[in-house]
Amino acid sequence: MKFDEAITKFDPVLGLEVHVELGTKTKMFCGCSTEFGGEPNSQVCPVCLGLPGALPAVNKIGVESAIRIGLALNCEIATWCRFARKNYFYPDMPKNFQTSQYDEPIAFNGYLDVDVDTDEGRKTFRVDIERAHMEEDTGKNSHMGGATGRIHGADYSLVDYNRAGIPLIEIVTKPIENTGKYAPEVAKAYVAALRDILRALEVSDVKMEQGSLRCDVNLSLRENPTAQFGTRSETKNVNSLRSVERSVRYEITRQAARLTAGEKIVQETRHWHEDTGITTSGRSKEQAEDYRYFPEPDLLPIEPSREWVEELRKTLPENPAVRRTRLMAEWGISEIEMQNVINAGALEIILEAINAGVSQTAARKWWTGELSRIANDRGVELDSLSITPAHLLRIETLIAEGSLNDKLARQVIDGLLSGETDVDAVVAKRGLAVVSDDGPLIEAIDAALAADPEVAEKIKSGKLQAAGAVVGAVMKATRGQADASRVRELLFERLGVSEQK
Amino acid sequence: MSGISQDDVAHLAHLARIDIPSDQLGHYAKQLDAILHAVEQISEVAADDVPAMSHPVPMTNVFREDIPGVSLAPGLAVASAPAVEDDRFRVPRILDEE
Amino acid sequence: MSDLTRLTAAQLAEKIAKREVSSVEVTKAHLERIEQVDGQVHAFLHVDAEGALASATAADNAIADGKPLSVLAGVPLGLKDVLASKGLPTTCGSKILEGWIPPYDATLVTKLKEAGIPILGKTNMDEFAMGSSTEHSAFGPTHNPWDLERIPGGSGGGSSACISAFEAPMSIGSDTGGSIRQPAAVTGTVGVKPTYGGVSRYGLIALASSLDQAGPCARTVLDTALLHSVIAGYDPKDSTSINQPVPTVVEAAKLGDIKGKKIGVIKELGGEGYQAGVTARFEEAKQIIESLGAEVIEVSCPSFPYALGAYYLIQPSEASSNLAKYDGIRFGLRVGDDGTKSVEQVMSATRAAGFGSEVIRRIILGTYALSAGYYDAFYGQAQKVRTLIKRDFQAAFEKVDVLISPTAPTTAFKIGEKLDDPLAMYLNDIATIPVNLAGLPGMSLPIGLAAEDNLPVGLQIIAPAMADDRLYNVGAAIERELVNKWGGHLIDQIPDLVGGK
Repeated sequence: MKFDEAITKFDPVLGLEVHVELGTKTKMFCGCSTEFGGEPNSQVCPVCLGLPGALPAVNKIGVESAIRIGLALNCEIATWCRFARKNYFYPDMPKNFQTSQYDEPIAFNGYLDVDVDTDEGRKTFRVDIERAHMEEDTGKNSHMGGATGRIHGADYSLVDYNRAGIPLIEIVTKPIENTGKYAPEVAKAYVAALRDILRALEVSDVKMEQGSLRCDVNLSLRENPTAQFGTRSETKNVNSLRSVERSVRYEITRQAARLTAGEKIVQETRHWHEDTGITTSGRSKEQAEDYRYFPEPDLLPIEPSREWVEELRKTLPENPAVRRTRLMAEWGISEIEMQNVINAGALEIILEAINAGVSQTAARKWWTGELSRIANDRGVELDSLSITPAHLLRIETLIAEGSLNDKLARQVIDGLLSGETDVDAVVAKRGLAVVSDDGPLIEAIDAALAADPEVAEKIKSGKLQAAGAVVGAVMKATRGQADASRVRELLFERLGVSEQK
Repeated sequence: MSGISQDDVAHLAHLARIDIPSDQLGHYAKQLDAILHAVEQISEVAADDVPAMSHPVPMTNVFREDIPGVSLAPGLAVASAPAVEDDRFRVPRILDEE
Repeated sequence: MSDLTRLTAAQLAEKIAKREVSSVEVTKAHLERIEQVDGQVHAFLHVDAEGALASATAADNAIADGKPLSVLAGVPLGLKDVLASKGLPTTCGSKILEGWIPPYDATLVTKLKEAGIPILGKTNMDEFAMGSSTEHSAFGPTHNPWDLERIPGGSGGGSSACISAFEAPMSIGSDTGGSIRQPAAVTGTVGVKPTYGGVSRYGLIALASSLDQAGPCARTVLDTALLHSVIAGYDPKDSTSINQPVPTVVEAAKLGDIKGKKIGVIKELGGEGYQAGVTARFEEAKQIIESLGAEVIEVSCPSFPYALGAYYLIQPSEASSNLAKYDGIRFGLRVGDDGTKSVEQVMSATRAAGFGSEVIRRIILGTYALSAGYYDAFYGQAQKVRTLIKRDFQAAFEKVDVLISPTAPTTAFKIGEKLDDPLAMYLNDIATIPVNLAGLPGMSLPIGLAAEDNLPVGLQIIAPAMADDRLYNVGAAIERELVNKWGGHLIDQIPDLVGGK
């Protein structure tokens, strides 16, 4: 069944659960580093390894980040809340319970407005937030042996607990209704907007491909928008914006096909496969888990005073929508141009580049153009590319000085992307400076004219556009290192032609 | 409230990941039933308006600053583990991912 | 030499400080005594002669340098095997921790080391502190030095037996429902459960987090106070630790003046179910208190009859979660990993083989009490009863300075007598449990032998939170009177153990 057909038959109801790894220096309940990519089991201590006798102690910045996220999502902040233990056995969980929050989350009842292009133009959808709560991350299992490296068919697994105990904020939406055929776009726009907010709050590096922002997508279908909710599937670990959209689209068609064939939807966990673009069945949830939640006796309740909450509110960045309007005016750009920036996920890095001294036009040109294309091809976020605002500033300075042109600048970018780190070193190593000495240019012009005698006549007779061929030949001869406008000047000088008419 | 069966014990033992041999389930069921019967008297207490007490010391907002502490020295984390490979804990195959 | 083992900790500390005797000599004397009698008593699971002598040497050197490390510098002790000690086996009396060597020290152990107190070894206990007789140790029972066929109390039977057998002048215990006080009562020694939060729980292997508290055991009130002053104090690693000055326990133990004080007798803790000899000694203690110029007042705590029920829901519930980490993955025992079984099967086999029947019973009970559908009726209701018990205490302390009761309803029973009747075993803690539920400090003080069996009887003294000093003041006053009457401490009446293995 095609999506268009599915959506005419059924009404989708979405639910999104996003886990954000906080960028605190230390873990939620101990002083171990949260840095990504350490040697296995090198960032662990008795607390996060769950050794007998060890006790947790709450990271204050973790709590403050949770409150700030709650405020940015228009939530109420609890006047009193607690941690609870969620009891279940799994090898990546050192204590075999997760320290989390249960019925007393720190933030609740919020919303986030997201804009989506519809047939009737841009439309705002309000996504209601049920809650945002604090919890801790698990360790990482690697499945060994077997053919695929996947869990099924593996002979055994190896566990690294470096990630165990890193603070997580789980943000859960209420059921998102009335999105109709725009459900995939709304889901994607919500996660993108959430990511922008989290980045602006500076609480997380929100790198989806490194797992610091993870998304679970719940989806159910019903006959019509007034019918009761259908049985939902939970698709786990949908870890790119594109996948959020694709997985919603896929689940809508999959469930519609089943329902149309008279089959039932099973309440289950499903796994998203980025490569094939489908979901597959995981664990059935028909028998509800019994997590035996109870208040964590090793930790005391949290009572955020209203003064504290207001102090934290003052640290919130500008609302993203307001900020966009302001920047459009400041930069003198249209809504479409701003949308390009947003869609490229480039706003923050452009602002960073502007702060570093790059002009806004240049920053926008590079990050939404060439660099965005490269990031897309590689399937990564812009800030994962090895190009920094400092690089861009240096490149722009060289262009302004006339020692680089656009074409050469692209070659510098290539060098940086292939692992080099210094702009001037790339320029020197590849010999990329613009040729500023007229001598070699005149030689090249003469050679080009000699190779094609007719062209000189054409130009002399006033067909100035014929100069393009000569300039092109000279650029080729100098491997792009000539300043095209200077070549043109010298050519006309050589032929005694005046450009002004 | 009480009345704990062998099946109940088997289910609870599974939740608690304890392999109780089936010929011992009855023994545990009997003992647990007796204990539950004894503790059940707390239900006589009218306590609808009484707050639950989870901590003996009435403190709140106890936090730690976000300052790095000392992690275990290299190799020490896995030193007491029953099975280790490449500084990671080796575990038998896992049936399904959480 | 062997005379040294008969001295009190205070006497030993003084002699060591004056360099009349060295810590090495004192430590050796106790190691020899252990060698001589522990075959009969079995108070120790592990003796660390080398480590103890090294600490003793260091303590002697510090004194020689004129820098004594503490009021107890050089005086050795026995450490309950429930405290994590770096480099020393720590089993909690369980097979599941056999072979585990903690990579860190409990805060309490760090304090002992800093105070120059040699640790003779780790003392026996009921598995994971679940029991009142030390018969539930996976490594065999401990015998009461008053009568080797009887139990030394539990769970800290090793800690009470080692001091009553003169294997150590003092020891550390832990008390979740009476595990310091009841063993003290049945061995004629002094034991104190400090205010919850008064001694750090970091490194104290959890039974029930909201009830557990480590504390001092010794043969006199002053010795107990000295040890209390060394181990108490705020610890940021334990979130439930109280950030206040340590009560002036040593001063109180030296004072012993109760003239004009009001002493409350808890009506609900006595009478039916209490052994005649226990009741007789308790009545005598009341008369002594009055003779010292204090007023004895009967107070009622109407919720106390429900304390046992609440306790046997809360404690197994918390324990079921605290003991989930023993799964054979990160440390300790692993059973059945033959390459064919799943991790779930290996975990279940490991826990079945590693835990004894009492531990399994309580884990199952706790799992049940926390289950969906039963939580409110069991765990939730128990937490409410806990509030009522705390209120009973608060009301009582508006009328009196301290409360008293017999510590245990009976003297030491025979090994094996109650092993198959968990409920009968649980009744041993009937008088001590309310103190843990409310987080209060409590002492057991020897007040004589029961006429019918010539076995020790204990008096329980209870004070308001962070008024631990009152225990020592009252305890010292009564102790002084009894020592005058008997011409020595009760422990001096203990029959001689036959020497040799």
